[in-house]
Amino acid sequence: MKYSRYQTRPNSLRRFFVKGLIALPAAMFLSATCFAATPPTAEINTTGLAITDDTVTVGILHSLTGTMAISETGAQEAEKLAIKQINDMGGILGRKIEFIQEDGASDWPTFAEKSRKLLVKDKVAAVFGAWTSASRKAVLPVFEKENGLLYYPTFYEGLEQSKNVIYTGQEATQQILDGLNWVAKEKKAKTFYLIGSDYIWPRTSMKIARKHIENVLGGKVVGEEYKPLGNTQFGSVINKIRLKKPDVIYAAVVGGSNVAWFKQLKAAGITSKKQTLLTISVTEDEVLGIGGENLEGFYSIMKYFQSQDNPNNKAFVAAFKEMWGEDSVIGDVTQAAYLGPWLWKAAVEKAGSFDVDKVVAASEEGDIELKTAPEGYVKLHKNHHLWSVARVGKWNKDGQATVVYESELLEPDPFPAGYQ
Amino acid sequence: MDEYTSSELVSIFAMQGFAGISLFSVLLLMALGLAIIFGQMGVINMAHGEFMAVGAYVTYFMSSLTENYFPSFMPYYFIFAIVAAFIVAGILGYLAEFALIRHLYKRPLDTLLATWGLSLIMQQSFRTLFGAREVSPALPDWLLGSYQPTETIDIPINGMFVLGLTAVVTFAVFYLLYRSSWGLRVRATTQNRTMSGAVGINTKKIDRYTFALGCGIAGIAGAAFTTIASTGPTTGTLYIVDTFMVVVFGGAASLFGTIVSAFSIAQAQSILEFFISGSMAKVYTLFALVLILMFKPEGLFASKVRR
Repeated sequence: MKYSRYQTRPNSLRRFFVKGLIALPAAMFLSATCFAATPPTAEINTTGLAITDDTVTVGILHSLTGTMAISETGAQEAEKLAIKQINDMGGILGRKIEFIQEDGASDWPTFAEKSRKLLVKDKVAAVFGAWTSASRKAVLPVFEKENGLLYYPTFYEGLEQSKNVIYTGQEATQQILDGLNWVAKEKKAKTFYLIGSDYIWPRTSMKIARKHIENVLGGKVVGEEYKPLGNTQFGSVINKIRLKKPDVIYAAVVGGSNVAWFKQLKAAGITSKKQTLLTISVTEDEVLGIGGENLEGFYSIMKYFQSQDNPNNKAFVAAFKEMWGEDSVIGDVTQAAYLGPWLWKAAVEKAGSFDVDKVVAASEEGDIELKTAPEGYVKLHKNHHLWSVARVGKWNKDGQATVVYESELLEPDPFPAGYQ
Repeated sequence: MDEYTSSELVSIFAMQGFAGISLFSVLLLMALGLAIIFGQMGVINMAHGEFMAVGAYVTYFMSSLTENYFPSFMPYYFIFAIVAAFIVAGILGYLAEFALIRHLYKRPLDTLLATWGLSLIMQQSFRTLFGAREVSPALPDWLLGSYQPTETIDIPINGMFVLGLTAVVTFAVFYLLYRSSWGLRVRATTQNRTMSGAVGINTKKIDRYTFALGCGIAGIAGAAFTTIASTGPTTGTLYIVDTFMVVVFGGAASLFGTIVSAFSIAQAQSILEFFISGSMAKVYTLFALVLILMFKPEGLFASKVRR
């Protein structure tokens, strides 16, 4: 309805040229890809999305309340920063991005309901959101039924690929395998103790880790343990670990439990001086709560660390702090969330349309790349995941990590053969 | 097990023993405040966890204050933070009793609902005041690390600290309730409210101070737990289930029952956890609890109260 009003507007052609002329110097100055001419709305929007002659509406769907708010705050801040920066550059296809934010409230049915609202009622062109695997699984059927487009930022367990989702975090193999290879080679590790919180992501990750340790590295898993979410008592587990004397503790404990786990490790005298620990669940965000002094010398395997020394990242960190305060920290998922709007912009411009089918088709050509990503270079694979680099960071007392290892650019493989 | 020396096994046995005692002190400290309120007043305080969070946030506040303005005071602030946590949580409890609870004494189910509402209000206030992220106060160095009596034994210092604090609080509560004249009046009110009123005890005042005391102790517990875990707006909900479990299992009106109950739950949990996985240990513990409660519905130590 909205767009048909503009369809017959006689001066749309003139607007097209005038806007294009105004934007031309800016476009040349910035880069060749952000040509900001304004094609008529009818052409770029054939499915009735919320797009006018000068705006396009997207959705942001994260938990602002409840237990996940801790983690999801950074992600939605990064998405808003990216949207602001894109708007400052002239928007997408000449349209400024406006966003409608909904609160998933850490409750998976709420996520599903809010995503339906965003797609059906608000007709948003894309949604940036979800964090836990549980919330992604909850919204997935809605996005597939309504043919929406979701940019999902979290590193996750893999084993999924939907037409309607672009995964901007790393899937399990991009995170887990290289980290294990590194620790086996660098620390001569043969025995591993696996510990995680009790839900789908740690369990699937540990399953992959165990196969890799046993079949590829020729090592041994001496213990595997899952603690309920929210558990704060690790005394007995720590003694069990002492009894087994593993070369490496491999940890995927999340949320409030994570803090208790590291505080109690330190209190039990298990520090990096005596024990190698590699975790897949600690980013700068978590360190805020855990405290750098409790993590000093332990390792995380991620694709991004705030301390990364490259011009893209320096600009990103500075812009983030300017928008959200000097004290903000940026974790792996926050950075991955920041990529979402940029990847969408690139795909829309490549497709020359906001239509979900065309944007997805453009994304699936597998040549959309971001040279300006804070983590370095990323490229979108035709399987909807990103090529990315795995990095091992060693934590310092001040809550920042020093990158001690970088892999080469890893191909995403959400359905790894031999690991299921 | 042949690759271990016997001294190593003894060390692990000792540390495992301490893990059990440490869990016991944590459970007891959580449950004491609730036991007083539930046992003496019959009010089911669903906001108990949030009063603990108040204590934790007060500690965090004190820590950032000290860090920024009196850094040289850092090693000592924690003791004062505990006292402040007690006072702040106590005052909030006093106000809650005055504004809310006292109107609902004859309606136990309504207090349940009202205190649950209170807990939601408090959670949202934490979120507004301190943000959604979890925070941890900077701890003084003497609370970190472990004590090593021998080469192979590490006893967590924060665990010992919580244990000591629990002992102090428990004795203080016992003294207050069973040795002071105030305690005498509290117990009299519990046993027969009308009669106590008739002999000149101001039962309304007793109620208010009992509730404030229970909340204050929750505040102490919250402050102590910052040494073990972090604090977020919903931290309270993590503790409330365990807390109720201890109080109900021990028998509602018996402080001694609370202690025995905390001890048996903690030992069962930590011993089982050592041999089987964490989630299953919890399942077996709860299963045993349900079985015992089926035969002793009043809890381990039923109170002999005339109502």
